[in-house]
Amino acid sequence: MTSRHIFVDGVFRQNAVYRQILGICSTLAVTNLLSNTLVMSLGLVFVTAMSSLTVSLLRTVTPSRIRMMVQVMIIATYVIVIDLVLQAFLPEISRRLGPYVGLIITNCIIMGRAEAFAAKNPPWPSFLDGVAMGLGYTVVLMSIAVVRELMGFGSLFGITVLPPWFTRWTILTMAPGAFFMVGIVIWVMNTLDPPGRAGQAR
Amino acid sequence: MQYLLLFISTVLVNNFVLSYFLGICPFIGVSDRISSAIGLGLATTFVMTMTAAVSWFINHKILIAFNVPFLQYVSFILVIASLVQLVEMFVRKTSPPLYRALGIFLPLITTNCAILGLALLSALRDYGFLQSVVFGIGAGVGFTMALVIMAGIREQLELADVPVNLRGAGITLITASLLALSFMGFQGLIKG
Repeated sequence: MTSRHIFVDGVFRQNAVYRQILGICSTLAVTNLLSNTLVMSLGLVFVTAMSSLTVSLLRTVTPSRIRMMVQVMIIATYVIVIDLVLQAFLPEISRRLGPYVGLIITNCIIMGRAEAFAAKNPPWPSFLDGVAMGLGYTVVLMSIAVVRELMGFGSLFGITVLPPWFTRWTILTMAPGAFFMVGIVIWVMNTLDPPGRAGQAR
Repeated sequence: MQYLLLFISTVLVNNFVLSYFLGICPFIGVSDRISSAIGLGLATTFVMTMTAAVSWFINHKILIAFNVPFLQYVSFILVIASLVQLVEMFVRKTSPPLYRALGIFLPLITTNCAILGLALLSALRDYGFLQSVVFGIGAGVGFTMALVIMAGIREQLELADVPVNLRGAGITLITASLLALSFMGFQGLIKG
């Protein structure tokens, strides 16, 4: 498997959000503002990549019976790093994201990749796989956030771009809009790129 | 009175699934049969209540007392994992029928972000002990309710003619959207 394969697979073919329906909680929760989404996605890319790398480096010395525990601890460590960095440098965004930063730990994407890929492969491909999975998540989240912020608040990254006569679709910034947008994204992506027999996770 | 308000607001107004987006994975995965939805809901409610109580003690008596609050994530996730294990052993010894009913759902609960979210939220909001416990019960009841309603809708949905590419997760999310919309009607019920 070449690096290019790993990337295409991670970002599109096995995209965590719309193909495997993983990590939906945070997808729904943080996509109302682009700035929140960007920070959250970068955090996730970092955690997925670094924890995949670490799990892979330790894969020969980890007893298989307690490997879940070890993986959770590794992930939690990186999440603590992200959380402290955010609190120190971006306190405003850290406050807005609230508990969702900590919830990166239970984001099934990371555990899933650690278990399915990193525990069986050498460090470098695992790292790439983590980055690719994280990027796939980022792409989907950013596209949802663009629609939600543009239509809901009339702005992008907090800068107003739509003229005042455009009636804001406020519902999109609230909970129902989040569910609706993710549902639509899954529909559109399944239509553009129909999943094979093995593709559909659930 | 204050506790009653907190309970109602957690169940209806700030429902964990429909307005905080916590616990979506089981919400989508397990909500296709009412019976399994009830089983998972009850098990989750139980673990949530226990987690709320235990994590309050850990947070206030150990982490804050020793000034290491950044260890919250690690310690909460450990608490949850061991609680789930404990519940599993306890139920297996005391009530085998219940164990058979809940069996497969128990390990799933560890990775349910609603539980960690509950522990983190009640730490973030600085709830007292009783408040935390009420919050935990409310969150569990709200989760169960959302799951059961969803399962009921999905059993009907099987008879409907859904576009092929929308089947499964897609239609479930759009149904959830409508459900969240109707739950927004409860918003005026409690101020703040």
